[in-house]
Amino acid sequence: MSDSTTIGWLGVPLAILAGAVRGGTPFLFVSLGECLTEKSGKINLGLEGVLIMGAMSAYAISYKTGSPWVGVLVAGCAGAVLGFIHAWLAQRRNVNDIAVGIAMIIFGSGIAFFLGKPFIQPLAPQLPGIDFGGWTTNPALKAALRICPLFFLGVAAAFVMNWFFKSTRWGMFVRAVGDRPEAARAMGIGVWKVRTLSIMCGSFLAGIGGAYLSLFYPGSWTERVSGGQGFMAVALVIFARWNPVHCLWASLFFGGAQALGPALQSVGVNGYYYLFNASPYFFTLAVMIATCSSKRSLAGLPGALGSGT
Amino acid sequence: MTDAIPSARKRRSFILFLLPKLEPVALPFGAIVVSLILFGIFCAFDGANPFAVFHSIYRGAFGSWFAFQSTLVRASPLMLCALGTAIPIRLGLIVIGNEGAFVIGGLCATIVGLKMPEASPVTVHIAMAATGLLAGGLWIMAVGALKHYRGVNETICSLLLNYIAIAILNQAVNTWIKDPSSLNKPSSFPIPDEQMLQPIGETSLHWGMIFGPVACLLAWFLLKGTTFGFKVRTIGANLRAAQIAGISVGPITLIACFLAGAGPGLAGMVEVAAIQGSANESLNAGYGYGGILVAFLARQNPIGCILISILLGGLLASGGMLQRNHQLPDATILVFQGIVFLTILFSESLYGRWKFFQERQT
Repeated sequence: MSDSTTIGWLGVPLAILAGAVRGGTPFLFVSLGECLTEKSGKINLGLEGVLIMGAMSAYAISYKTGSPWVGVLVAGCAGAVLGFIHAWLAQRRNVNDIAVGIAMIIFGSGIAFFLGKPFIQPLAPQLPGIDFGGWTTNPALKAALRICPLFFLGVAAAFVMNWFFKSTRWGMFVRAVGDRPEAARAMGIGVWKVRTLSIMCGSFLAGIGGAYLSLFYPGSWTERVSGGQGFMAVALVIFARWNPVHCLWASLFFGGAQALGPALQSVGVNGYYYLFNASPYFFTLAVMIATCSSKRSLAGLPGALGSGT
Repeated sequence: MTDAIPSARKRRSFILFLLPKLEPVALPFGAIVVSLILFGIFCAFDGANPFAVFHSIYRGAFGSWFAFQSTLVRASPLMLCALGTAIPIRLGLIVIGNEGAFVIGGLCATIVGLKMPEASPVTVHIAMAATGLLAGGLWIMAVGALKHYRGVNETICSLLLNYIAIAILNQAVNTWIKDPSSLNKPSSFPIPDEQMLQPIGETSLHWGMIFGPVACLLAWFLLKGTTFGFKVRTIGANLRAAQIAGISVGPITLIACFLAGAGPGLAGMVEVAAIQGSANESLNAGYGYGGILVAFLARQNPIGCILISILLGGLLASGGMLQRNHQLPDATILVFQGIVFLTILFSESLYGRWKFFQERQT
């Protein structure tokens, strides 16, 4: 190899792997949030708005206080507040949860752009990365191996959530409410309370995903900070069959798919740059077409989802 | 005295007959009033005088003939885009792929328009409009087909198609049909000026605007006055009952989705042929998403879509005025839209709540 900065075709799988971790983290948080929400029987399409709101509030708070971690926490709380509005509205009679989600996207992103206008210019302190690339001198490899601690937090959250659903009393409550609300009510579970808490916790996670976007990668606050990860989370959860650990693998896969376009461009394949950039959307669609069926419902699908109960 | 009682009773029964009909008007109106109050509080928090802001919105939207023209120019594509959501929802499908159909309609219409530089303007317009209709229609029809035959969630599917459409547009204007002279903003080759849709007289209105109200009226008639519309509404009300009644759900779904996509597709063509003059990223300006809002605010009634589009068009047109007069960021309008949408959805849950509006024994 003549030049240490270029690693040629080897860079493509490397960039995809790095992208899987780096670009997959926001997917991971949002899809875990959506997974929790959907397990309780409601869809939250508004996580896109939550994500943007999280990105804005994390950046703003990090800039004001100088501590990115406070920013992450505030992003989560801002998400939970939006989640509460969604939970409250979506559980009213005759109100469609998907429509509420669309309204929340407009509202959440509107508030975020409104309040975030003064923070587009200044630079906020970023989240620290953990360097795993100390052994190499290749800058591309080094950058790829700089991983945000939030990623590990997300991985832990996926396994914890899996354990929560499988082995805890509260996890069973959530599943019961999502599958058979009437039966849950007969058991004495407060359906409204469980759903509201699930949606709020889910939105909290999505808010953290937003914080990752503005404080680590891409690491700035603009009005185009989100590439629709909030929307895709809904598709991703279907792909992952409502299983938190599968959400992790799916997020990594989507993160890798997102890195495909830029990786191919860096080695000179840029004829279809814009289409490659959209590959996560193509993948999602293809996966949905391949896995859905009009004959049977999917394994793991919460029974009350989309039924209006 | 003796005949006063029957006439009073008649009037009373007339009012009682009218009250339930009043509910669908009174509730959205009340919701808009509530959202104005909420938005006023929001503005007050930001240090702007809410009443001055409302006045600016009014002036920017309807204050002068000039302002009203720009309102109408924005309202027409919103009407067409609203149909993209308003028609499928009658089938029970929440389709939000209007933005994608708009972009694809505009892009395909441009490609066809560029292929016929020698043809007469009328031929070009007809060809472009037909292409826009067809492209947008097929785009949403794919959503309906996937839903019906594969059970793919139509909301997510149409949303992903929005992103795919925008990617195809970007790919096209950056490579295949790129005009090399468009450096800052990659665009297709321009449609020749004489082949553009011409303005009406001396105004900023153009002939393509007629499509909006006409399409809404047609859609209204189709849904309310034809067997096809009846079948669509039956499927939406109860799929199982529709199947048992022998309604062929598949073809009806496909046709309804095609018609739904044709609206935004045509709007995309008008945007190219009357405003932009070429396909570029301005096609993806949010008319599609605005259309979703319109469809929900109008409670999926095509006639209502015409009125709400004019209101929303006015709101969009007044954005600049808010920025200039009150130093409010352009996202203010987005916040207002969000608040209106949320309160309207809240008002949906109030139907049938008040005895006042219910039918009573006379």
